[in-house]
Amino acid sequence: MKMYFRTIKDLPLDEYYGPGQLTCAGCGPSIAVRWLLKAAGSDVIVVNATGCIEVTTTSYPYTAWSVPYLHVAFENSAAAASGVESALKVLRRKGILDTKAKVMVIAGDGGTYDIGLQALSGMLERGHGVLYVLYDNEAYMNTGIQRSGGTPHFAWTTTSPVGSKLRGKVQRKKDIMSIVIGHHIPYAATANIAYPIDLANKVKTALDYLDEGPAFIHVLAPCPPGWRYPEEMTVEIARLATETGYFPLYEWDHGRIRFNPPSNAHFDKSRRKPIIEYLKRQGRFAHLTEEDIKEIEKEIDEYWDYLARLAKAFG
Amino acid sequence: MAIAKALSVREEVVKERLGLTSNYAAAYAVKSVDVDVIAAYPITPQTTIIEKLAEFVANGEIDAEYIPVESEHSALSAVVGAAATGARVFTATSAQGLEFMHEVLYIASGLRLPIVMAVPGRALSAPISIHGDYQDIMSARDSGWIVMIASSAQEVYDSIIMAYRIAEDSRVLLPVMVSYDGFLMSHTTEPVEIYHEDYVRKFTPRNLNRHRLDPRKPITIGVIASPDWYYEIKYQVINALKESKSMIKEVHDEFNKTFGTNYDIVERYMIDDADYVLITYGGASSGNAKEAAIRAREKGLRAGVLRIRLFRPFPTDEVVNAIKDAKAVAVIDRALSPGNTYEGPVFNDVVSALYSRGIDKPIISVIHGISQRTMLVDDFYNLYKTLDEYARTGEYPRKTIFMGLRGGEA
Ligand SMILES: Cc1ncc(C[n+]2csc(CCOP(=O)(O)OP(=O)(O)O)c2C)c(N)n1
Ligand code: SF4
Ligand SMILES: [Mg+2]
Repeated sequence: MKMYFRTIKDLPLDEYYGPGQLTCAGCGPSIAVRWLLKAAGSDVIVVNATGCIEVTTTSYPYTAWSVPYLHVAFENSAAAASGVESALKVLRRKGILDTKAKVMVIAGDGGTYDIGLQALSGMLERGHGVLYVLYDNEAYMNTGIQRSGGTPHFAWTTTSPVGSKLRGKVQRKKDIMSIVIGHHIPYAATANIAYPIDLANKVKTALDYLDEGPAFIHVLAPCPPGWRYPEEMTVEIARLATETGYFPLYEWDHGRIRFNPPSNAHFDKSRRKPIIEYLKRQGRFAHLTEEDIKEIEKEIDEYWDYLARLAKAFG
Repeated sequence: MAIAKALSVREEVVKERLGLTSNYAAAYAVKSVDVDVIAAYPITPQTTIIEKLAEFVANGEIDAEYIPVESEHSALSAVVGAAATGARVFTATSAQGLEFMHEVLYIASGLRLPIVMAVPGRALSAPISIHGDYQDIMSARDSGWIVMIASSAQEVYDSIIMAYRIAEDSRVLLPVMVSYDGFLMSHTTEPVEIYHEDYVRKFTPRNLNRHRLDPRKPITIGVIASPDWYYEIKYQVINALKESKSMIKEVHDEFNKTFGTNYDIVERYMIDDADYVLITYGGASSGNAKEAAIRAREKGLRAGVLRIRLFRPFPTDEVVNAIKDAKAVAVIDRALSPGNTYEGPVFNDVVSALYSRGIDKPIISVIHGISQRTMLVDDFYNLYKTLDEYARTGEYPRKTIFMGLRGGEA
């Protein structure tokens, strides 16, 4: 990652994401989009999947977007973006359009881990120069909090309810980064709305690589009603996700893996905050037993173990 | 005089005469219009179109981006994205592929994007059948696309050229499907006259003066509309499709003038004085019906054929005018509308066209050629004889006839 921005003061004052859009107070994805667009600047075309961001920002006759914006459907933003990118390429080549515009997908976890995975894989395999940003609020929020492949183990959602037999989501969270990295694209990174400078630098870095091929950024973006916490806690909870080692920050850059602060210190478990600090603030985990929490902790340790092996092989 | 003029126009515009299947004719048409982005996924009987186009691109004969997508859903989504960026686009599919695109069909028309798609018609699963009929097209007919159905390889070539002109017309801005018989046309070689590219390019100028994604003039495409707005926006599509008919006719006239052809939105074959009319669409049904009409005329029956070439928007006036004086009419459908009063989809369209003009006459719904079940000229000839009988007795079946069904109807 190149350091384009060192402090918050380096970020452009320009806003491309207008106020007045209809997301809930404290919406994590909304914060993500604001930083994304600031970092990307004006010469970008956004392709957005159906989901919370789409429905809250394009309510006819209003729009929150001051960059060109296309929404087609839920599962196909990577395919639509492939078309936009190909069009720009050929129209440029033919001298019909004079443009250097970059293409950026913004899609939720449902539109990425689940229904849109095929289109995403196709786009990555074909090598389109598109930055795909996954904003991960860990459930289908737009339809009212249903579980997705990105929902964590044990989390309550309306389709992984807490009952007398089953208590929250039975399965673990899908490792989308490993799936993406398996396509051997130039750049993939995780980011978190609580670390805007890191996020903005990753966006710029990714956009710079698009001449070589696709880039992917997985942004953790908490959702107050979906995760059941007070809306003023969004950034704090997001930060805890990384500080506890639940959501590590790292980059896959041309076959090399690099861990970003503070996650670069987290191979040493003692440097991570206890996971309970993250879990106890969220109503979706309120039903967890001691054992469940131990299980989550074990899973996080296993994940770090896996990351350590990756770091050893590709660091 | 008119014929001599048309011949001399032909001499000027035709570059070469090739033996082409309708699928290859489609590919040649796409080549001639300076297409920018092609996205497609293989399915029988469409496959040879996109193989040919891949070849053209690989040989540098077309300067286009060819996106070998991982599904039809993505094929149409990719051309939606490309068209929204200002590119000239093409895709093609059949049957299951068109069904897989279904969601995006409505989005393409709702976003008013000029997309051209070739659809050699095929039966729908289950049971799976790769063979030709028009079930796929009929299942997409309410999606707000302009739909043309061609009956020869030459007509496929010509229609696709016209389709670009129609779709990109600022007064239209709608996607266009050009359909034709799966296998019976898609895989049958016929002579096709290919035009000099200059003429085609001049006929299909680019229209960049339309809504598109441009950072210099940012707009939002693909919004959410509340019930306060949805209805009016949808009505604009309904209206655009309705209004497109006169533009489509205009493009036909201009095409005829430029290329010395003689197309109309319906084809009238020995219709002027016909007592008995078979209404058809596509290649095989129409060809058989014409043969049968010749034979029926030899036997003293005034037989004619009305072929529907523009299916959406439906050519109501042209159909009514062609059959209003006929004594009896049969509509041959190669598709099914299960559970409806009559199971022939185009029959229902024709009847509502007649009803709208207050006309009631003996008219029957006939299903034939489902999953490419063989249709004999005899079958059509016998229909003329039956129509004669119906007209004489005034008695005719008030339900669909399933022609050639083994074991008879239940
Ligand atoms: C094909 C299809 N299936 C289902 C839906 C309904 N739907 C709309 S948004 C959505 C969930 C979106 O979840 P996600 O991608 O995580 O975005 P979020 O709403 O959380 O921002 C669903 C299921 C749809 N629009 N299209
Ligand atoms: S439900 Fe969650 S993701 Fe959706 S707008 Fe509200 S806070 Fe944002
Ligand atoms: Mg979500």
